[in-house]
Amino acid sequence: MTSSEYDLVIIGGGPAGLTAGLYAARARLKTRLVEKLSPGGQVLTTDWVENYPGFPEGVSGFELMDKMRQQAERFDLEITSSEATAVERQGELFRLRHDGEELLSRTIVIATGALPNTLGVPGEAELTGKGVSYCATCDGPFYKESEVAVIGGGDTAAEEALFLTRFASQVHLCHRRDELRATGVLRERLKAEPKVRIHWSTTVTAIEKGESGQVSGAVLKDLKTGRTSRLPVQGVFLFVGTKPVTEFLKGFVELDSQGFVKTDPELATSQAGVWAAGDVRSKTLRQISTAVGDGAVAAYQAERYIENKFHVPRK
Amino acid sequence: MSEENIVHVSDEVFEEKVIKADQPVLVDFWAAWCGPCKAIAPTLEALADEYAGKLRVAKLDVDANPKMATKYGVRAIPTMILFKGGEIKEQITGAVGKAQIENAIKKVL
Repeated sequence: MTSSEYDLVIIGGGPAGLTAGLYAARARLKTRLVEKLSPGGQVLTTDWVENYPGFPEGVSGFELMDKMRQQAERFDLEITSSEATAVERQGELFRLRHDGEELLSRTIVIATGALPNTLGVPGEAELTGKGVSYCATCDGPFYKESEVAVIGGGDTAAEEALFLTRFASQVHLCHRRDELRATGVLRERLKAEPKVRIHWSTTVTAIEKGESGQVSGAVLKDLKTGRTSRLPVQGVFLFVGTKPVTEFLKGFVELDSQGFVKTDPELATSQAGVWAAGDVRSKTLRQISTAVGDGAVAAYQAERYIENKFHVPRK
Repeated sequence: MSEENIVHVSDEVFEEKVIKADQPVLVDFWAAWCGPCKAIAPTLEALADEYAGKLRVAKLDVDANPKMATKYGVRAIPTMILFKGGEIKEQITGAVGKAQIENAIKKVL
């Protein structure tokens, strides 16, 4: 193995990637983690994390991810700020192309995560950053004493709607079904919050632009009656699921119909020597707690694979 | 990599440091409460170093400087606006990768 070759290259630095990095660094695998931004992933857009064990009062998303990074770096994980653009087989190794010098590695862990979905309605793309937002913790403070709409019905939509009540005068939560998918404690809080009004069986069909070039309203459609109405909101926050960051992996590993990476129960992908961990993986529950479990399993599997295939004794 | 080549601007000096600057200026509208803003900080520091002498990278804290954020209609952060000769040439919203910011920079240089 030459100096520029790695045992393991991890693509993505959210909870899954950093945990894989922690385990691999502790196993003394020569490991490099490549992350497009600073480590942290989607958790960085979370104000307060209440369901990650070990923090009885909760913990800020930023603080949690900063601690995960520090913990991995304590065991000398190398982290590079760069965007992966392609990965391919080269003999017994894999070659990763990214913004910097190419990397060669014996194994790969894909932990690129996911990004918020867009709804694809008129006005959405044009008004992104001008009243359309996918991050309440980033943009909520711009909506003091304003009316805003939150679209979605899962945990993220519920949490962000509650967060926005700190700033907005009224939060309209619009959900296409007649019950929320969000977990029980969040449903209770939403019911108890006077600033939140839930619009059941309702979708947004368009986002309107005002004279200032910013959002001035949202057009709603009641899915049961077919009636449309207009909400005079200044902000529209969209939390309608996520899409995986796997465009650069097409043809390299098998993806499901939504683009998530298919794995077996031990997280192996269709490509031997490559595992997937965290939100990017085809699975049912995408949480910080499930991502860190994935990261540990993936790193462990990579370690065993290297021992077997390359006959490296444990250090 | 450090903040060496990054200039912090306020509402008061925006005209002088950005609008009347003799180089293009990439202004990052950010706030301490915003996680993704922190996530792109190292990218901006790297770009400030790489393009030193050709482009200025400036940061404006929207919390302390609401006037410019309002003037330019910034209601999502991070937002990066690239000014040249006092005019807006490019605008990027959200924490994007280095390549995407660099593409915008190359268009104006």
